[in-house]
Amino acid sequence: MSAEVKTAAGPRAAGGGTAPDGFGAWSSRAVLRNGPLGGLIALVVVMAVLSRDFLNGQNLLNVGVQASVTAILAFGVTFVIVSAGIDLSVGSVAALSATVVAWAATDQGLPVWLAVPLGLAVGALAGLLSGALVAYGRLPAFIATLAMLSVGRGLALVISGGSPIPFPGAVNGLGDTLGDWLPVPVLVMIAMGLIAALILARTYSGRAMFAIGGNEEAARLSGIDVKRRKLVIYALSGLFAAVAGIVLAARLTSAQPQAASGYELDAIAAVVIGGASLSGGSGKASGTLIGALILAVLRNGLNLLSVSAFWQQVATGLVIALAVLLDTLRRRSAR
Amino acid sequence: MTGANDDVPDGRELLRVEGVTKAFPGVRALDGVDLSLRAGEVHVLLGENGAGKSTLIKMLSGAHRPDAGRILVRGGPDGAPDGLREVQIRSAQDAERLGIATIYQEFNLVPGLTVAENIFLGRQPRTALGLIDRKAMRARAADLLRRVRLDVSPNTPVAELGIARLQMVEIAKALSLDARVLIMDEPTAVLTSEEVETLFGIVRELREAGVGIIFITHHLDEIGALGDRVTVLRDGRSVDQVPASTGEEELIRLMVGRDIAEQYPRRRPDEPGAPLLRVRGLTRHGAKGTGGAPARPVFEGIDFDIRAGEVVGLAGLVGAGRTEVARAVFGVDRYDAGTVEVAGERLARGDVRAAMRAGLGLVPEDRKGQGLVLDASLQDNLTLARLDRDTRGGLVDRRGQRREAADVAGRLKVRMSGLGQHARTLSGGNQQKIVIGKWLLAKTRLLILDEPTRGIDVGAKVEIYQLVNELTAAGCGVLMISSDLPEVLGMSDRVLVMAQGRLTGELPAGQATQDAVMELALQSPHAAPDGTHTDESAMEGSDVR
Repeated sequence: MSAEVKTAAGPRAAGGGTAPDGFGAWSSRAVLRNGPLGGLIALVVVMAVLSRDFLNGQNLLNVGVQASVTAILAFGVTFVIVSAGIDLSVGSVAALSATVVAWAATDQGLPVWLAVPLGLAVGALAGLLSGALVAYGRLPAFIATLAMLSVGRGLALVISGGSPIPFPGAVNGLGDTLGDWLPVPVLVMIAMGLIAALILARTYSGRAMFAIGGNEEAARLSGIDVKRRKLVIYALSGLFAAVAGIVLAARLTSAQPQAASGYELDAIAAVVIGGASLSGGSGKASGTLIGALILAVLRNGLNLLSVSAFWQQVATGLVIALAVLLDTLRRRSAR
Repeated sequence: MTGANDDVPDGRELLRVEGVTKAFPGVRALDGVDLSLRAGEVHVLLGENGAGKSTLIKMLSGAHRPDAGRILVRGGPDGAPDGLREVQIRSAQDAERLGIATIYQEFNLVPGLTVAENIFLGRQPRTALGLIDRKAMRARAADLLRRVRLDVSPNTPVAELGIARLQMVEIAKALSLDARVLIMDEPTAVLTSEEVETLFGIVRELREAGVGIIFITHHLDEIGALGDRVTVLRDGRSVDQVPASTGEEELIRLMVGRDIAEQYPRRRPDEPGAPLLRVRGLTRHGAKGTGGAPARPVFEGIDFDIRAGEVVGLAGLVGAGRTEVARAVFGVDRYDAGTVEVAGERLARGDVRAAMRAGLGLVPEDRKGQGLVLDASLQDNLTLARLDRDTRGGLVDRRGQRREAADVAGRLKVRMSGLGQHARTLSGGNQQKIVIGKWLLAKTRLLILDEPTRGIDVGAKVEIYQLVNELTAAGCGVLMISSDLPEVLGMSDRVLVMAQGRLTGELPAGQATQDAVMELALQSPHAAPDGTHTDESAMEGSDVR
């Protein structure tokens, strides 16, 4: 983020000729001190300075909508990463769940109140299977969820026959905008974020996630049933992925078997930018939300600046690397 | 046998350690240690666990650097003329350049690579083109394997070898370095008696060739058989240097001899309480030995009882199987035969949660690796074992947890900045209080302490002993595994002794002396590979029942 800050502050300082290190130094210090939130604020400030269109209500809500699917996926992945695992399957599971909802409601004529829980159950089940492979099959999480990534995508294609299925109208409301200004995906994101925060901070499974991720052996020797907890953790990740998939399909008004492809990497990036450690034991729902917002602000801002999609990818990669680098530095200086 | 080396003409000093000191947070591991090693000498380093042997050899092999003191080595990296010169050993590579090779207890071999590849890892012979010369590597490896009398092909993957053969591969690797100083950390701990003889043969050959060997062992009989001189370490100090012909009793006295008056504030119960724990015939088979040798059981036929209000010490050497028994009782590891009963109820095998429900708790040997979540708060660590209990209606009562944690941290006088502090930042003694506090909060009735005071300074040790007193006064039973003999003697009401997976004896507090315990702990090294009991163990075993 500080590179963004510097490249942004660079031309400004050169143009204005005042306080060459004032703003840059202040913002990088703010980033170092406040971590992800400081980074988000710095990024928003930079974008607001560079683009007049960035800082208006409508655009900010757009950012929220753009962040919502990634954020919901990332909340689920937070559980896994806090417990020192990884889940690569969430993009596929999201597509599979949405496809199941559309198939059940549109193709099979099931009522929506049955189709949606079915889709959620499929997501949770997919996660449960990954969890079983990790906990009981002793597969590395990377491999187990890589397998689920392929299986989930494949099943979505099988069920849909490879083409999009119209999403049931009643569920499409999840992609709507209330009162012409409040997008429902943002509400869902906030709700799922609160649920994730509650799970992490206040439930048995949540506290067990931190213990398992921090020191699995100590957790086991303290009576935590590590294997069963892992089932729950991956099932939660699958469940959150299903919610994300349904929100995405509602926005597009159709369930596309190829949807959310590659989103797992955005989700992991959001968690890590949000301050969680891939080695486990730390992570927060609020951090993950900020991570998802940073990614969305970056994309939105670069779009407004008419930066090509190719360069956007380069910028996103740099931001991920920098965010984690800064966080590492911050932790090291705090220790 | 004696092989006193003073009259060997080539007995020049190869290595000298002068006043080396090393402190780790909370503990002074080495305090002004001196050591001198001559060419063509087997110099035994003797001391209890925690006396500083490992720290000393890690210093010589570049893993630790001394805080104070000097290390001198003959010659030097740039082939300086004869004579000792001070060196800085900053890395394993530095040690290698100085001709110092170390064989650790934990092997440094890559399982997926072949024997030859492991021996020459990072130093593979190259062809003119810069590629690895596999032919030369195999030939040289075969040569080295012959020297250590290891009958395996250089192409065998290391993963296929048993533990004794791994040891031999490590020795071959050390030989390939042409080391002038060879450090061996308990090389015989995992070997059968025949393999030990082979090893001794190799060590004697190396000695003839003028190599200086630092040899760490807990088996006193090996000292007379192989050693030339002995340096005894105690509490991080080099207390004495004696010839290897010194009697075992004198060696033991040097190893453990220290004044222990009020260091152990044990208040023994007037009369035995109700039976709490009953272990019968606990047995776990070992992994298959090498060359079709029968597998030595990890532990076998373990019988003992613990009553309420009692501290039972479990003494023995490292590797005797004490930790393994504790883990089996607590349900961490499975066992193959036998029963564990708590207050008359039989415990399921391999079920930690069942053991906890029955009131058991385990303070593991490896505090940081198994006892604590280092980067979690003290509150989270203290309440970890009662997370179930604190969960109501699906939510964890964090406020209640905070109250409980604050309460127990106050009772244990944990020196901390607050409950939110991470466990990593506490001193060793305070970390151990957190682990014990976790079990206090879990309402443990029978606490297993595995090396509870290892690496903890004296003051905190006494606090932990007082805690043990409080626990037993409140009717808890305590099983205390410790390699610190004075601690076992000072704190236990009864002492069980294990050697090589078996209970070799039980001594009541009054009869337990350091010599008596040591004798039982050193009983029958390398003997009875078929698992038969010795007379003593049968006799003492019946005593236990």
